[in-house]
Amino acid sequence: MNELRSKAKELLDSKAVDLFIGYEEGTRLPRPLIATSAEEADRLIFDERCTGNLAVYLTRKDLAAGGRKVGIVASYYAMRSISRLLDENQLREGAVKVFGLTQDGGLTLFEAIADVKQYLQETPAPSRQVEDEWAKEIAEMSAAERWKYWTGELSKCFKCYACRAACPMCYCTRCIVEVNRPQWLQPWAATMSNMEWQLNRVMHMAGRCSDCGACGAACPLGLPVHIIAHKMTEIVRQNFGEPTETGNVLSTFSPNDKENFIG
Amino acid sequence: MEQKYIPKASLKAWLGKVRDDGRRLYAPVTENGKTSFRRVKSADEISMEHVQTAQSAKGVAFPRTERLFSYVRQPDGDVTLQDYDPSAIPDTVVFGLRPCDAAALKPLSGIFGWDTEDKPFSERMRRVVFVGVSCSRCDAFCFCTSVGGHPGSAEGSDILLTVVGDGEGYLAEIVTDRGRALVEKGGDLFESATGISKEDYLAEVPVRFSVEEVQRKMAGAFEGDIWKSQSARCLGCGACAFVCPACACFDIQENARGSGAGDRIRCWDSCGFSLFTLHTSGHNPRSTQSQRWRQRLLHKFCYMPQRLSVRGCTGCGRCSRACPVDMNLAEHLGEFEHL
Repeated sequence: MNELRSKAKELLDSKAVDLFIGYEEGTRLPRPLIATSAEEADRLIFDERCTGNLAVYLTRKDLAAGGRKVGIVASYYAMRSISRLLDENQLREGAVKVFGLTQDGGLTLFEAIADVKQYLQETPAPSRQVEDEWAKEIAEMSAAERWKYWTGELSKCFKCYACRAACPMCYCTRCIVEVNRPQWLQPWAATMSNMEWQLNRVMHMAGRCSDCGACGAACPLGLPVHIIAHKMTEIVRQNFGEPTETGNVLSTFSPNDKENFIG
Repeated sequence: MEQKYIPKASLKAWLGKVRDDGRRLYAPVTENGKTSFRRVKSADEISMEHVQTAQSAKGVAFPRTERLFSYVRQPDGDVTLQDYDPSAIPDTVVFGLRPCDAAALKPLSGIFGWDTEDKPFSERMRRVVFVGVSCSRCDAFCFCTSVGGHPGSAEGSDILLTVVGDGEGYLAEIVTDRGRALVEKGGDLFESATGISKEDYLAEVPVRFSVEEVQRKMAGAFEGDIWKSQSARCLGCGACAFVCPACACFDIQENARGSGAGDRIRCWDSCGFSLFTLHTSGHNPRSTQSQRWRQRLLHKFCYMPQRLSVRGCTGCGRCSRACPVDMNLAEHLGEFEHL
């Protein structure tokens, strides 16, 4: 932790970065800290409780935009988000220094996102056992049971959009749900319109979602919306493989794409 | 204030009688570790183990989605309107709301009653009886005592129950005539209460700051840097507003069903959303999250006290519990005191 603090302070003092995104102690759990001075960097902590995805702050116009240089602490899944944000031209190589949580449990400084990509390629993703089992349990339900499960859960949603706000890949300046000419989705909370929202949100993540689970962790009502994203990630991987630097299943078209899921 | 006593064993029988009367009963129900107000069919479903429910009870008077009126275009071109129909609102009893939620009915009523009375809200309020339950426990997010509240405050409740003794019964304070009528439904289930002091059974909620000082400093900090530093980590979702018992912002939407028919709908909105103040010109007077955070706090702690003589916060702490990035309101308010 002291090493992280001194490195962050050094980067801030030398103006190698303009801000440093990490964690500080919170009320019950660690919370994000956006440090802009060495003094603030003194509050940085890092331990096994720091599981969120701080990459969400990298596309914030009031923080990281305008050529500002950023240091960031990133879990494996946050590194995956950072890699994909670069592929989608939302980040500039050279503007982000990543303190990645590596397999040894420590933080490793990656000076370039290319190095992050290299690490992700060489390292298997941490287990998603809980999510795997949850998704399996739902998949094994009958269609009627599954409908009952999801309508029951999503009937509670009040559309605060914490799932969207917590997602690093949800960086649209105007979300589909906020467009009203035409109105693609009903913007008020009701079971069917909540389901429409979640399905649309997740469809826009096809081949892009890092499977970090931040959407579900953010839900103030504890709805398992990350399981929808997890399941979608699994289906996309099985059918289309991993995304590449030249595109993902949402942004590319191939005449060879299977269409057997239709109908 | 008249006081009665009801043994715990009789509480379900009383709520059963209340329900048999044709009233809807809303009460805290725990599912998957989250406790929320639900319509219950039996008092057995009720859970009171929580410090605070995930959502407040405000939806009973201000539903997340509500139809204001409907319209149909007739073949001759005329449009027929079906106005808001208050007769469809059921008589309701809300059981188990905490004193901070009951206290929030005052700011809510202040907003919906300001200038022109809001018909859906006032018609709903007319049909609800609120049975509060005092707090015997609190957590790190509670700060009612810092904003003029109290874990045993009867304000806003029609009846306030406090668990007394070793938990074997409730002291019932009858606050309003509506509350009295509900107690009378219980008949002999309620006994006389003498010599019971509820103060012995209440949570000790520490005072975190001087709210007068916070409000004074906040009013002078419009151009300050504090809004930016506090809101840097805010993600701009609506969780805080939607769980808040006193937040009343809403959006008006159209549920057009093609061929000239549809509904005008009111649904919850939040001043934290980037679209909230976006003008049709494209200009947004609150274009950054720090400006939206400033609005949220100034509205609750300056504008509402000035215009409605009531704060828009009762210290329930829900916003802080619900926030994905731990925007702890009591902590942020405390920072103003030391500006």
